[in-house]
Amino acid sequence: MNSTILILGATSDMAQACAYRFAKAGCQLILASRKVSRLAPLQSDLEIKHQVKVHLAEFDACAYITHTQFYQSLPSKPDVVILAFGILGEQEIAQKDDFAEAHKIIDANYTGAVSILNIIANDFEQRKSGTILALSSVAGDRGRQSNYIYGSAKAGLTAYLSGLRNRLSKAGVQVITVKPGFVATKMTEGLPLPKPLTAKPEQVANSLFKAVKKKPNTMYVLPVWRYIMLIIRNIPEGIFKKLNL
Amino acid sequence: MKTTNWGNYPVTQTPTFNPSFEEDVIRILQASDSVIARGNGRCYGDSSLGGKMISTLNLNKILAFDRQTGLITCQAGVLLSDVIEVAVPYGFFLPVTPGTKFVTIGGAIASDVHGKNHHSEGTFGQHVTEMEVLLADGQIVTCSPSQHADLFWTTCGGMGLTGIVLKATFRLKKIETAYIRQEQVKARNLEEIMDLFAESESWTYTVSWLDTSAHGKDLGRSIMMRGEHASLEELPQKWKKNPLALPKNKKLNIPFYFPSFLINDLTLKIMNRGYYFKSPKKQWSGITHYDPYYYPLDSILNWNRVYGKNGFTQYQFVLPPEASREGLRKVLERLEKYKQYSFVTVLKLFGKAYKEAVLSFPMEGYNLAMDFKICPEVMKMLDELDAIVADYGGRLYLAKDARMKAEFFHQSYANSHLFRETLDKWQARCKFHSLQSDRLKITV
Repeated sequence: MNSTILILGATSDMAQACAYRFAKAGCQLILASRKVSRLAPLQSDLEIKHQVKVHLAEFDACAYITHTQFYQSLPSKPDVVILAFGILGEQEIAQKDDFAEAHKIIDANYTGAVSILNIIANDFEQRKSGTILALSSVAGDRGRQSNYIYGSAKAGLTAYLSGLRNRLSKAGVQVITVKPGFVATKMTEGLPLPKPLTAKPEQVANSLFKAVKKKPNTMYVLPVWRYIMLIIRNIPEGIFKKLNL
Repeated sequence: MKTTNWGNYPVTQTPTFNPSFEEDVIRILQASDSVIARGNGRCYGDSSLGGKMISTLNLNKILAFDRQTGLITCQAGVLLSDVIEVAVPYGFFLPVTPGTKFVTIGGAIASDVHGKNHHSEGTFGQHVTEMEVLLADGQIVTCSPSQHADLFWTTCGGMGLTGIVLKATFRLKKIETAYIRQEQVKARNLEEIMDLFAESESWTYTVSWLDTSAHGKDLGRSIMMRGEHASLEELPQKWKKNPLALPKNKKLNIPFYFPSFLINDLTLKIMNRGYYFKSPKKQWSGITHYDPYYYPLDSILNWNRVYGKNGFTQYQFVLPPEASREGLRKVLERLEKYKQYSFVTVLKLFGKAYKEAVLSFPMEGYNLAMDFKICPEVMKMLDELDAIVADYGGRLYLAKDARMKAEFFHQSYANSHLFRETLDKWQARCKFHSLQSDRLKITV
């Protein structure tokens, strides 16, 4: 594959796994993140192992006014964008008196994504090509007491993506909503995740890589999640509200 | 979570941290009183177990590779197998490699690992040109044989007790092909194998497997395996097209722990005998790929489970040249007395010790490594073997040890006080402890 991949939020484990998967296929990479110095080891490792060109760019999802400048100064325009930034945050803190935490969760997962995707969408629409893979979450399918602030931001992202897909399909641009389910990463380290429902970052990367060709609209990584979420979405609210989820 | 090393003995329940970035390593270090770095857990005992462990496995990036000179810079958690995959296609190989490629660079430095070429090319540390060590106070110091040489040579073989190696640069060696020209020669007893080592000195790689179940006039019977990197001309036609080929990945896995009774004196005797008599010939030779030559056991994932849930230990010692013959005989006779045999048994004649690396294990003389299932009887026997090794002026390899006594350690490692002095100079003992370093009274 001779294309350029832009990964937004490249320090996460899923993003890194994606970088290796696309580099293995010979793609050029642009890795963007807030602390770009953290990415230097990854850059050299990718270049040495896969002989591809890797470019680093500073990107802060919450610094909206920098987004246009960021996108315009990229060395080349991407063919595929992987939106991988986002934070889990602390639900406990966010729901009490500290609105700052709630605000941070909403901005990092939703507002920032809208800001940068607007810019990218306009460019892709004009060029009449491109693929946007955005990591949303199963937590956005239905709000639960344990993480509804994060979940609602992801729900917003999911709705945004479905609208964007609707708009861009006419231009031949594919927008793919990815709901990875549980993934064993730094973000979930220490959580007691059930093994059969938990994907490895490499599995996520592999399904994203395949998705560029297969062009699904919405995808889960482990197929079992499609059914789990089908059930969760269909539990009557009268019962759901009494559950301890 | 339970953490153990390759021998599955001992077990610790203390936490392991998995930082991905240097700044996170520093943060964790500063928030801890007692830490030890760990790599891929391929030491056998308790060297990389401690009150709090910092894993380097996410610091696994190759930072630079000069394809002309073979100089490579890696983060500490890069595995030797990663280096090989990058280096071999460009005609380079590890300057020194242990019997498994699943160890990290940090681990290879901390244990100052050796290989079949110790007599000709020394230990891993001797090929390191520079490294960055994170000290107890959170500072990162660059050291090399010419810059902070004391820190450099105490970190090589220093079992992680000086600090945390963050990155290292070392020299790879040039190879023409990925193949080894190998010769195997049978030795009927200890005298014959020692003669064979003496006459094989000019070979780059020498090692022998030893039949621990043989006794009497057969005591010490062995198979010498000596090798050289094969040149392009020596390769059979079919391999000449791609002389620097990487191995094909066919791996067996041991998916669960075997019941431990499967390994007993009878099965071990049969396995030893079978291996010795596998070929009726006295001598044979051929060209083989580097992978099965260096890493025969790596092709069986989790082979350590064969010894059962209680785990096993490797007993590896070296004796000075003049004491080797008698000392080895005494040790092998003691195995016979206890009816304890080992199958994965390696005999090797080491070259001279590298004096600057004060805690590095290899010294001139014969080195023998044997595996034993953990049981009370074995523990008793190993204490007796310690006495023999001490008597003959030898010492044990810390990367394999899980049980020796502090007195024996300090008696057999004559430079242990120098090591402690350097630790104190770099104020390391206030922070870096392993279960082993406390047990051996190095850090307490």
